[in-house]
Amino acid sequence: MPTLVIKDLHASIGDKPILKGLSLTINSGEVHAIMGPNGTGKSTLAKVVSGHPDYTVTGGEVLLDGKSVLEQEADERARAGLFLAFQYPSEIPGVSIANFLRAAVQARMAEGEEIDATAYYKRLYAKMDMLKIDRKFTSRSVNEGFSGGEKKRCEILQMAMLEPKFALMDETDSGLDIDALRIVAEGVNTLRGPGLGVLMITHYQRLLDYIVPDFVHVMYDGRIVKSGDKSLALELESKGYDWVRKEFAPAAA
Amino acid sequence: MSTLSETIPAPAEPAETVNPVAGIDQTRGDFRYDVAYEFDAGTGLNERTIDYISSVKKEAPWIRDFRHNALKVFNSKPMPVHWATRDLENINFDKIRYYLAQGQKPKRTWEEVPDDIKKTFERLGIPEQERKFLAGVEAQFDSEAAYSNVKEIVAKQGVIFMNSTEALREHPELFRKWFGKVIPTGDNKFSALNSAVFSGGSFIYVPKDVKVAQPLQAYFRINAENFGQFERTLIIADEGAEVTYMEGCTAPKFSTSTLHSAVVELVALKGAKIQYITVQNWANNVFNLVTKRGVAHEEAEIKWIDCNIGSRLTMKYPGVVLKGRKARGEVISIALANDGQHQDTGAKMIHAADETTSNIVAKSISVGQGRSTYRGQVHIPKRLKGCKNNTECDALLINTNSRTDTYPAITVRGDRNYVQHEASVSKVNEEMIFYMQQRGLTEGQAMSLAVNGFINDLARQFPMEYSVELKRLIDLEMEGSVG
Repeated sequence: MPTLVIKDLHASIGDKPILKGLSLTINSGEVHAIMGPNGTGKSTLAKVVSGHPDYTVTGGEVLLDGKSVLEQEADERARAGLFLAFQYPSEIPGVSIANFLRAAVQARMAEGEEIDATAYYKRLYAKMDMLKIDRKFTSRSVNEGFSGGEKKRCEILQMAMLEPKFALMDETDSGLDIDALRIVAEGVNTLRGPGLGVLMITHYQRLLDYIVPDFVHVMYDGRIVKSGDKSLALELESKGYDWVRKEFAPAAA
Repeated sequence: MSTLSETIPAPAEPAETVNPVAGIDQTRGDFRYDVAYEFDAGTGLNERTIDYISSVKKEAPWIRDFRHNALKVFNSKPMPVHWATRDLENINFDKIRYYLAQGQKPKRTWEEVPDDIKKTFERLGIPEQERKFLAGVEAQFDSEAAYSNVKEIVAKQGVIFMNSTEALREHPELFRKWFGKVIPTGDNKFSALNSAVFSGGSFIYVPKDVKVAQPLQAYFRINAENFGQFERTLIIADEGAEVTYMEGCTAPKFSTSTLHSAVVELVALKGAKIQYITVQNWANNVFNLVTKRGVAHEEAEIKWIDCNIGSRLTMKYPGVVLKGRKARGEVISIALANDGQHQDTGAKMIHAADETTSNIVAKSISVGQGRSTYRGQVHIPKRLKGCKNNTECDALLINTNSRTDTYPAITVRGDRNYVQHEASVSKVNEEMIFYMQQRGLTEGQAMSLAVNGFINDLARQFPMEYSVELKRLIDLEMEGSVG
């Protein structure tokens, strides 16, 4: 069974440490949610695990199926099965969603092997039907002029097509109104299953009303300070984050 | 005769990867054969050089005089470094060979072409491409065409397609009537140089109302070191005629610089249409200094599609003089400047009649230390009415060292005309590359996709084979630019 193991991870941007010994294990089929106040390192965690070049790992390990990914470039990690659903997806002017995904699928094939265009479109349209996305969507340039909801649906479609082992979803609910949130959550729930592990990063409990996690973790100051089941999210909702700040403030402060 | 020995070895290409559009891939073009030239004007430029060229071509006195006059103009004109790059000063005109040929009469079948030259063009895929989708091919090797043929069905319509050397002999009246009229000798220093020593290039005449269905293609190959190629192309589309012409070029990569300085003149008579497509992919040691202009008469249309990927320095501003009412001119231009390259390109639209319209879309990509410059000139005099121009220039920068400059000069007098100008500069930033890498693309693939997206709306206007090849060339450039 695929596993994603994060062990005592330390990472910094420039000289500033952000992750300070974070550990977490996700098994395939599980949905984990990470919650926490702003500026606590949640998004950094997603970027470091997926290989963003701005961050330096200063200690610890990230193991995908027992194999360290820290020496790999972002694209190698992606091909190995890590997917990051971006909080702010980039626009790629002039490149249609269909062509972008085609290039991404092609990149996963062996050298010299060519994509079967007919089969590719068949699969793409099947995924779009499953996610209830209009077919006209694929001829639009990636994220260019998209509404917040369209951008997130585009991320979910890419996730569906690339079939990762683990998906890191960074603030997927940000910028969405309630209808868009419901649609996106429905997409994730459709993809949820024994072949996929999910790490959801969110500031608010409301996303978890729609995507019910198996585990909830509270992150503070670069570490996970408390773990539990979905009831922990409800506890956070009612108590707010202040108690976390009080209880887990760095001793030196 | 020639010897057949290769001096720069290149691995043989497997048959299954034959280029869809031949002859514009510089990585495949980087090889050469040692050719013993029967005709060699020697090194350096003076009156004797011109007499030599003129006499081996057995030219009429008027053209010999034309050349001598042009040499005087060339010598009298300063290098235009007051507005252009000082890199021009690195051209040493005394070290260049101005004429190298094995004969002045091209062959009509590939079987007759000398082995080493035939091998060059076969290796670049020209004969195969000719069979597939071209109406005619002109293949120039250094100074003269080695092969020239036009399909019978096209020739029967009265279409003339030959090189300028032959055209001067076989169609002197037609040639003289239009030659040097669109671009006079003194237009600029390099048009004067070309006028003095020109050799080869295409001559096309399309009779009234004839529409040539398939493209005519010329292919320009530089083989010799320290050589200057000065082809001269003249295309005349008679009333209501239509023609598409494509040119491609490569040269081996030498340690010394090579000069390519062409002059291209187009004449579209009433209601005619000319489309001229260039994919320039010279080696990075070539100075590519080309003057291209067309005259569009009443309701005629001239469209330049110009892609500049290779060379050390390209200076080229295709233009259209809109001479007749309702004439249309268009320049679609793509320039990619990688490390060590400067693409100084643009367009000129000279409105000279009412209700004329022009459109310029220029996109440039600067990578690493590469530098792109756009120079545009749009001129609409006060006396005209109902003229329109649209100019759009977009620059894409990949990494912070690259440089881009835009010099649009739009002179519009009077208030009965309409002009629109848009310019943008965008960057392929780290976040965009990371986003694409996170989907599994390598850094090179990601940059290539970004570049192809940037030019996508223009590339779609190309013939299919050319847009496929352009994409492949960009892939190669971008893969190579990743450290």
